[in-house]
Order: sequence, then structure tokens, then C-alpha cells
Amino acid sequence: MLWPIDLIVLTFVIVTAVAAISVRDLLGTAILFSVYSFMMCLLWAVMGAVDVAFTEASVGAGVSTVFFVAAVFSTSRRTKD
Amino acid sequence: MKLLGFIIVCLTGTFLLYGTSDLPDWGDPNSPASLHLSNHYIEKAVAETEVPNLVTAVLADYRGFDTMFETAVVFTAGLACFLLLRDFKPKEDRYYRHVPTGVVLHFKDKARQLRVGTEFEAVDKDWVPSDMVIKTVCRILIPFIQIYALYVVAHGDFSPGGGFQGGVIFGSSFILLAISYNLKTLMKRVSEKFLGIFSAVGVLIYVGIGAIAMVMGGNFLDYSTLAPLLPVNPGHIRALGMLGVEIGVGIAVMAVMAIIYINIVSQGRHDEGL
Repeated sequence: MLWPIDLIVLTFVIVTAVAAISVRDLLGTAILFSVYSFMMCLLWAVMGAVDVAFTEASVGAGVSTVFFVAAVFSTSRRTKD
Repeated sequence: MKLLGFIIVCLTGTFLLYGTSDLPDWGDPNSPASLHLSNHYIEKAVAETEVPNLVTAVLADYRGFDTMFETAVVFTAGLACFLLLRDFKPKEDRYYRHVPTGVVLHFKDKARQLRVGTEFEAVDKDWVPSDMVIKTVCRILIPFIQIYALYVVAHGDFSPGGGFQGGVIFGSSFILLAISYNLKTLMKRVSEKFLGIFSAVGVLIYVGIGAIAMVMGGNFLDYSTLAPLLPVNPGHIRALGMLGVEIGVGIAVMAVMAIIYINIVSQGRHDEGL
């Protein structure tokens, strides 16, 4: 097991997850969520679940980010709270 | 209120972490999950199905019924997006650009409209001059993305990939076209009718293969009964059945991704967007 990679990626997962719910700018949240998904994809790949990593990369980091950006484009960029 | 929410989140997180201490270790050979079914899959799957990728064999054959309803869930998501967001009233304002001079005309009357052709083109309200570099790069890139998506679907039996991933990649090539040109360019090539029909056809292919297996005298989705229909080695028939099912999943997911994107970005009017 490559523990330094594991540790770095896990740190990034937690940092981006906390940042994604605390940032006020919704467009920034969408991008941070994409980074989070990509880090999860790396974690799956390190654990040997390549099929899941593939799905996470295409759906989580790819298409769902586009959907979030499209939703932000159609509504407002700032949160109310 | 915020403090209460924070306390609840912390408590739930603590309980969840406490719960994980009872879970078996990662890769523990004595855990219940790896004692019964896993051994059968790992030892017999290649001999029974002739599919080298175990994940595909489990997803599309042993647990085919499960995957069928996942496809149905994706189809339902597209249908829900369509029903919630679709707005059939066209916009009152129309914008046209005179191509040789670059003058933009703004029509506020619904009855008056120009014929779009070589002389005039319809443009968005927030129209920005499209960038030559982006357009050219995307035009070159999109066919390769689509070929790669087809490869992922067709090669799902042998390497990581399959219908869901391939369908998503194919759908994202449509989204790239809409982003680099505009939404009208995409709608001209893939109409709403095409996407609606294909999202249903994908699910129909999956269920149809299962139903054919039932007609041939086996269980629902038992691909081995399809052997008399196809002139192939009977041992390889399960791999072919899985391929057919994956193609169905890919078509459904591809169409649903495009439907969701188009409806969200244009607020259901299908005219202009990101």
C-alpha cells in the first residue's frame, strides 16, 4: 500500500469537503465539489476499484460539475445564508 | 439553530465512526462478505461467463436484475427533469445577426421572424463572439471523445468501463458541443424527440434481452438461453448478452445526460443557454 499517496489524498478529500460547504460562492462550491470527486476517484484507484474510480471520474468530476454550473448559471451565484 | 445543527452533525458523526469499529477490516479474508458469494464469483466467473472483467460479470450477469432497475432509475431522472422544467412557451424576444455585416436585430413581436440561413443566424441574448480557438479544438476533439465512449462501452467486458461510463462520456461530448458553440447548434443535431426516444429505447433493449431469454425458455435475463439465436460458440453467449445489455445502458444514459443538461441550462425552453 502506498501510504504517502493515501495520506495526501485523504487530507485533500477532507479539506475540499469542508471548503465546499463553507464557501459562499456557489460556483466555487461546484468546482470544489469537482476536486473532491477527483480525489475520491484517486482513492478508489489506489484501493484497486478501477471500475468505481472510472465512474467517479466521469460522473462525479465530469458531468455533475457541468450540471451544477448550469444550475448556478440559471439561478443566483450567492447563497442567502 | 446553527449551534443545534452543529451538535447534531457532530453526534451523528461520532456514532457513525463508532459504528465503523465493528466493521470487518479492509480485505479481511474471514469477513462474511468474502466467505460465501465472493469465492464463487472469483473462482467460477471466468469459466461460467468467459468475461475477464469480474466486475462486469457481477454487474451485468449475476446481478443483472439490479442493474436493470438502476437503468430505470436513470431514465426516471431524465423524465422527472423533463416534466419539472420543460417550458413550451417560446420567448417573446428574438435576436438575429446579419452575418456579412455583424448587425444584431432585436425583434420584440412574436409574429415577426426571419428565416435563418446563410444571411441571418439566430443568436442568444447574452451572445458573445465565439472564439475561433475553442471552436476548432472542440470540433477536432468531439469525434475522438465519442470514439472513446464507444470503446469504453464495447470493451467493458475486458477492461474497466461499461455502459454507464461510456454513456456518460458520450453525453458529455454533446454537452461540450453545446458549450463551445451554442445550444441551438446542439439542438439542430440531436433533437428533443431523438433524445426522448433513445432514453426509452435503451431501457427497452435491456428489458427486451431479458424478455427474449424468458421466451426462449430460461429465466429472466438468463443469457445462456440465447445461444440458438446467434451463430456463436455457446460458451461465449453470456459475454455477448452482457454486451447487448451494456449497449442498452449506454444509450439510455447518453440520452438522459443530454436531456438533463439541456433542460437545466435553458430553464426548459431549449433555445439558449450556457
